[in-house]
Amino acid sequence: MTRALHELGVAEGLSLLEAGQLSSRDWVDALLARPDRYGAFLLRDADGARAAAAAADARRAAGEHAPLLGVPLAHKDIFVTAAHPTTAGSRILEGYRSPFDATVVARLTQAGVVSLGKLNCDEFAMGSANENSAYGKVHNPWDPSRVPGGSSGGSAAAVAARLLPAATGTDTGGSIRQPASFTGITGIKPTYGRCSRYGMIAFASSLDQAGPMARSAEDCAHLLSAMAGFDERDATSLQQPVPDWLGDMRAQHGSQPLKGLRIGLPDEFFPAQLDADVNAAVRAGLAQLEKLGAELVEVQLPRTELAIPVYYLIAPAEASSNLSRFDGVRYGRRCENPKDLLDLYQRTRTEGFGPEVQRRILIGAYVLSHGYYDAYYLQAQKLRRMIADDFQAAFKGCDLIAGPVAPSVAWKLGAQDDDPVKAYLADIFTLPGSLAGLPGMSVPVGRGAGGMPVGLQLIGNYFMEGRLLHTAHALQQATDWHRASPAAAQGV
Amino acid sequence: MNASPQLVRGYEVVIGLENHVQLSTQSKIFSGASTAFGAAPNTQACAVDLALPGTLPVLNRGAVERAIRFGLAVGAEVAPLSIFARKNYFYPDLPKGYQISQYEIPVVQGGSISFYVGDTKKTVKLTRAHLEEDAGKSLHEDFHGMSGIDLNRAGTPLLEIVSEPELRSAEEACEYAKTLHALVMWLGICDGNMQEGSFRCDVNVSVRRPGAPLGTRREIKNLNSFKFLVQAVNFEVGWQIDQIEDGLAIQQATVLFNPDSGETRAMRSKEDAADYRYFPDPDLPPLLIAPEWVARVRAELPELPAPMAARFVQQDGLPEYDAQMMTASLATARYYEAARDACMSPKLVANWLMGEISRRLNAAEQTIEQAPVGPALLAALISRIQDGTISNNAARQVFEALWSGESADVDAVIAAKGLQQMSDSGELERILDAVLSANPKSVEEFRAGKDKAFNALVGQAMKATQGKANPGLVNELLRKKLVSGS
Repeated sequence: MTRALHELGVAEGLSLLEAGQLSSRDWVDALLARPDRYGAFLLRDADGARAAAAAADARRAAGEHAPLLGVPLAHKDIFVTAAHPTTAGSRILEGYRSPFDATVVARLTQAGVVSLGKLNCDEFAMGSANENSAYGKVHNPWDPSRVPGGSSGGSAAAVAARLLPAATGTDTGGSIRQPASFTGITGIKPTYGRCSRYGMIAFASSLDQAGPMARSAEDCAHLLSAMAGFDERDATSLQQPVPDWLGDMRAQHGSQPLKGLRIGLPDEFFPAQLDADVNAAVRAGLAQLEKLGAELVEVQLPRTELAIPVYYLIAPAEASSNLSRFDGVRYGRRCENPKDLLDLYQRTRTEGFGPEVQRRILIGAYVLSHGYYDAYYLQAQKLRRMIADDFQAAFKGCDLIAGPVAPSVAWKLGAQDDDPVKAYLADIFTLPGSLAGLPGMSVPVGRGAGGMPVGLQLIGNYFMEGRLLHTAHALQQATDWHRASPAAAQGV
Repeated sequence: MNASPQLVRGYEVVIGLENHVQLSTQSKIFSGASTAFGAAPNTQACAVDLALPGTLPVLNRGAVERAIRFGLAVGAEVAPLSIFARKNYFYPDLPKGYQISQYEIPVVQGGSISFYVGDTKKTVKLTRAHLEEDAGKSLHEDFHGMSGIDLNRAGTPLLEIVSEPELRSAEEACEYAKTLHALVMWLGICDGNMQEGSFRCDVNVSVRRPGAPLGTRREIKNLNSFKFLVQAVNFEVGWQIDQIEDGLAIQQATVLFNPDSGETRAMRSKEDAADYRYFPDPDLPPLLIAPEWVARVRAELPELPAPMAARFVQQDGLPEYDAQMMTASLATARYYEAARDACMSPKLVANWLMGEISRRLNAAEQTIEQAPVGPALLAALISRIQDGTISNNAARQVFEALWSGESADVDAVIAAKGLQQMSDSGELERILDAVLSANPKSVEEFRAGKDKAFNALVGQAMKATQGKANPGLVNELLRKKLVSGS
């Protein structure tokens, strides 16, 4: 074996496991040997992981076959797990242990994965830099002075730093795609309803979706195949059959695998404010897709800018209600010596929630208040529908939509501390697809300023995850961007 | 159709009801936990009911089906699309920090309920009926300096049925509530147990001068007996009129009724009313009810009380009032029909049910299902009245024996107590002859035109037979003898 074990991706590792050339235990040991220098893990359960890996090896030796048997990963701490505490990056859930596993976690376990623990994230998945975790910031393995993106920053950093071949993430307004872009990995947010939300601690229920983060489209397909599917415990999960994404991907042949694919480029995704380095990398990626047979066409998404205010009304509105259950009564943190019920609520929540979470609860409660509901929440819902309609109009002229994931590469830690709105504005390209419930993907396509990775965003129509994976896979067959490893992660 | 308003001290009373009806599903409205009453605290609250992080609600179709059944029974529209919303407020027995309810678009829209107040029929329109989840219970008494929380009830399915403010007295409100109570039990959507909170009444009360715009209302919360409902409304009406007469304005408020003092007292006023920040629950897609579903529920609907009462009037010749009483509950109707079929005397069955049986059940606080005398036994008794074997008076004695459990055989009781009527005209004629010759004065008076004298002679005859003579026969024979001039 020529490659270091920690460099192995899911597909590579699986084929070695299946061929009997690798044990899960060795793979896990190699990963655990690497120090977490980026604050990616909230909990790394070495003993538990080793035991689970040994059990997976034993199952395989006994002739058992599960699609991901022995594959190491870890879960964003927004997924509840029975084996490990779950905090959602918040003080208010310090020490909380769920009696059950999230459906996505249970399905991956069923498929045979070995969990190494829980990954850092922005508190309740609110943030796009992973600077809002109560348990410390996450650093970008490409440049530890920069953010990894958020909210799935721990997942992104761990995969980029070769602490894991893959991780689970969640995406409400870009929380899989943007950190994937910032750390040079591949991530997909499936169609809203594709993965069960049961056991995913809710931020904004109408937007939250689980998805895999890994180093290639193929690896993502491996994970997503296990994660997706209808769940009777989630009324918003969809009764759609899960296609054979891996089989479809492997069926790609020839030098023009994207022949006949029309990729729509919305003008609005290439505004003047787009950083030149990002623009250049994205254009280079698009040129590569063209070479593979795709046709680039112009489309319009005229309400792209409106996605920002719409999202930042709807998501906080839902969050303000979703987070009401953290009241210090039944579980999680409770303030000391409350003098009465109001004091219990106020101090528990003031002490338990960080500033960004409090800000969003306040915004959300405000826009739902009597007298403001029509002007804000209802208006936002109308615009949300129009944004979704714009996508349907655009998909009349193309099969996929492409553009940048974010207007810039990863910024410096602390750069947006005093201006939350500036951070909100950076979500402009991921929010429209989220509001429409469409599947979206981030694929690394080069480097920008400071050698930082740049991701290309692909957005498909409903249930078109296969087309996204196919396109990204074709690109990754022809290029090496997804194989690049951050310098900071080398040498260990 | 509706009775003219009765005034109280010159004021018209305006009442609307909101009833919380606990639907009789096995499991909760958004989780799989059991709804059974009386379990140890918090043993019937699952992860969803506890609002553990990551849990999600999934709608129980059984609750929807019961709502459809109700909607069809009251002639309402069953909305093809309705929306679940979140009502946000903090309270320890509300685990999620919001209650899932229907707000802007409820599942049942419109409809009406008809009932009798005395002999007068009244019809009240319904505004709506919507599905929602119940909260848990706060137990303030059992813990010193602390409150206990029992979440067993959290997530129990409720149908909140809202009437228009068309009721005009405590009695009307009470009859409306009783009729609604009977209907939901009739439909099998609620067990009707008021002690366990399966059927609760919130009553909105205001008063006004006739013709004036609606007064400010106060809402009496959580009444769990019809008696309290009447007491609470009457007290509240008196209180509101006193306020107005004293020149004070009524403040919109929520009030509680204290059964010990018989008084209502404000719990919170409008000023501190919460802003519930309602919005559609993003965890639950809109509730879509296909016409096929409604059609199936309609086909499975039992015969409803109103058409059944009409049938009793038409087929059995019962008076309207009796028919209404015979359809007061499904159990009563079943009892009536079984007894009627067995003795073919509808009016007598109705009389016994409304009289002797209902009096004894009320005294023992029992329901018709618990009656020691079932429909077959009552029918046997009535048959013996009909065929002249026993008198009405004797029947009451037989009934007492049956009810007390002394015997379950009508004929055996009649024989054992010697209650059979004397219907042998030969023997009776001899006795009557003796009575006539022993009472010449009465005979003379009767012949002189004094009818009272006839009754005296009948009384003597009954006395001579120790009450066993068939009174009809005595009358007939006596009259014949007196007219024929002997």
